[in-house]
Amino acid sequence: MSHQVVPVRTYVMIFAALLALTATTTLVAFRDLGPLNNLAALGIAVIKATLVVLYFMHARGSTRMTKLVIAAALAWLLMLFVLTLGDYFTRGWLGVPGR
Amino acid sequence: MEQQRESASLGMWIFLATEVMFFGGLFLAYILYRWQWPAAFRDGSHHLDVTLGTWNTAVLIGSSLTMALAVRAAQLGRRRSLVTFLMLTMLLGSVFLGVKAYEYHHKHVEHLIPGADFRFEGPEPGHVSMFFCLYFAMTGLHALHMIVGLGVLLVMLVLGARGRFSPDDYNAIECSGLYWHFVDIVWIFLFPLLYLIGRHH
Repeated sequence: MSHQVVPVRTYVMIFAALLALTATTTLVAFRDLGPLNNLAALGIAVIKATLVVLYFMHARGSTRMTKLVIAAALAWLLMLFVLTLGDYFTRGWLGVPGR
Repeated sequence: MEQQRESASLGMWIFLATEVMFFGGLFLAYILYRWQWPAAFRDGSHHLDVTLGTWNTAVLIGSSLTMALAVRAAQLGRRRSLVTFLMLTMLLGSVFLGVKAYEYHHKHVEHLIPGADFRFEGPEPGHVSMFFCLYFAMTGLHALHMIVGLGVLLVMLVLGARGRFSPDDYNAIECSGLYWHFVDIVWIFLFPLLYLIGRHH
């Protein structure tokens, strides 16, 4: 845990950025961008989550051990998604009956 | 002391890593079903209120700001501002849950709660029902986390008002903050995935 005190200004700026990104994600959703719509929705959510983790949750000034735990959580989530989706998305590739 | 402080927040992060997996399973289920029935998910999503969803996202982000400021107040040993910011956080959290309850009520009125009472005029009502199953499972689990969070903050509020925390010992506030921000992050993903599917149609 970092015990350096973050200035209020930083928190307020992150808050403002999060609000702006929320407005952006809603506005973008009403425009037809094709497959980019999903990408924008997820991309903006990832940016927002990163800001919260780095600044509000103080991951930025945290110990290496804490950073390792965060990385491990993301790695496990990635495994869950990549392996399961890799299975489902490729099932139709071979016309095996009763698959 | 320094090591104790670090292990407390490390333990919280490990707990949050398990929570990531907990919600991860639901997000995975969501992806698979949406991939299978994109049109039904779009139709279902159009029955959610974007205005309320956006507003609630802003409310929850606001509560994260006040929570961060509460932790800061604890770091500086400012008891009164700690109590004020904790109360503000709880107030915003309650507003979020109130709006959520109103939305749930509205779904009940519109017969959109999966089950015997579910009605949907459209080509694939069964698949739309699946969207609402996931909607209620995900937002319900999220709301449950919010309720737990409010309980934790209430305890922190009482302890904080009694002067339990000092700049040398504010682990409990820091850990409560981590939990609260995590719940905020879950919503940051839930909002676009549930409310904003194919809105341009």
